Amino acid sequence: MDFDLLMPTSAAEAIALMQENPNARYLAGGTDLVPNLRRGIGAPDILIGLDGVEDLKGISEGGDYLTLGAGVTLAELEGSGLSGRYGALSAAVDIAGPALRQAATIGGNLCLDTRCIFYNQSKWWRNANQYCLKLDGDTCHVAPKGQRCHAAFSGDLAPALMVLGAEVRVVGPNADGWKPISDLYHEDGLAHLTLAPGDLLVAVRLPVVSRDLRSGYLKSRLRKAVDFPLAGVAVALRREGDAITDLRVGVTGTNPRPLLFDGLVGGMDQGPNDDALSAITKEIGQMIKPMRTTNLPGLYRRQMVTVLTRRLITDLYDAGDRKE
Amino acid sequence: MASIVKMNVNGREQEHLIPDSLLLIEFLRDRLGLTGTKRGCDGGECGACTVLVNGKQRLGCVTLAKSVSGQSVETIESVETRGRLSRLQQAFHEKLGTQCGFCTPGMIMAAEGLLRDNPSPNEAEIKEALSGNLCRCTGYVKIIESVQAAIEPGGVSP
Repeated sequence: MDFDLLMPTSAAEAIALMQENPNARYLAGGTDLVPNLRRGIGAPDILIGLDGVEDLKGISEGGDYLTLGAGVTLAELEGSGLSGRYGALSAAVDIAGPALRQAATIGGNLCLDTRCIFYNQSKWWRNANQYCLKLDGDTCHVAPKGQRCHAAFSGDLAPALMVLGAEVRVVGPNADGWKPISDLYHEDGLAHLTLAPGDLLVAVRLPVVSRDLRSGYLKSRLRKAVDFPLAGVAVALRREGDAITDLRVGVTGTNPRPLLFDGLVGGMDQGPNDDALSAITKEIGQMIKPMRTTNLPGLYRRQMVTVLTRRLITDLYDAGDRKE
Repeated sequence: MASIVKMNVNGREQEHLIPDSLLLIEFLRDRLGLTGTKRGCDGGECGACTVLVNGKQRLGCVTLAKSVSGQSVETIESVETRGRLSRLQQAFHEKLGTQCGFCTPGMIMAAEGLLRDNPSPNEAEIKEALSGNLCRCTGYVKIIESVQAAIEPGGVSP
């Protein structure tokens, strides 16, 4: 690990530095990037540290939106008490461990690299295994006959923000605007982010009307701290009388990108029932592809997505916001 | 590239020329000789390298030293006063919260960070604050009891 660490103080300066140094990487909290670099996953000459970039900081509420700077740490988000109003943001409370949340940021969690047991290993280990399709090799050990990388996106915030209707602001050499958070991702483990070279995720905003939704997030993992989710589900729904009139489900940990399922209210006029829930989890089941990228088998993670989805929908319907 | 980095470590101003890629734990252990901070998993998963940066828990093995320049860092060496153990240290000693001792500096610094924000945490809050720290000896019960003893009046010997 040998690089120069540049410390810009504004987003414009960071983007300009990235244009001058196309092989550089942005460094946010570094809780995933630094261990990866130490394992020989990537070897940039230059890191552009975002710690000192004031434009990325702060939480503000005004007009129709709640705006979160991409550099807001997960500990700051946790301390803001916002999960009291936006239940799915409770996802932030359980990411990694307390010390990691002091450094890790919202933007870093949204731009988290995809993960796989054949990728997040030491150089020595990967060399002994002839590397892999995602880096330095030409075979995907998860699905050797294919030519696709199945590494899974494992960020917790993305599905939670998706069901709350969040948008992200991306600024770059040829970009400056808000777009739905779903547009940030491709279904490709090799290059799952749609960011163009130099693009910087600056902020996230939530429509304040999503406060009226009941939302929550649950995940499955072996150790109840530090571990990345092996499957994670966010749900936001609107209950009017007995009927569910709006229902969205976000899923992480199963595919190279987080997935959003919208407009799922069919058959819920009288609230959740077995037929409607089965139809929803069947639709989700057709899209998710948990592969052998983690220490739990894909089938188990597939079943956990069904279990967590049903649990969240029924609990939110009955009781309101739900936290793990 | 190397840079001159200034930071306050355990109350003393430090100014060193260090490589940009130097980790905080390497700076503390190898440059300053503060070897109380332990290097465990070396990947952010075990908490043995927990120190306080501006009073908050951080992991030395995933933090670049240069990225915390100008800030205040505290390690396990800072918690005693003129040779007397801190309440947390005394409690870990008396309540057998430490066995082999390798995780103890990280445990104590994580607990120290907790107690600064919340001087009387309940058991769930203690468990949450220590959830990023692994211990392979104690089974954690004695560690939780040690933190509880440290916050109880009369919980440790004077």
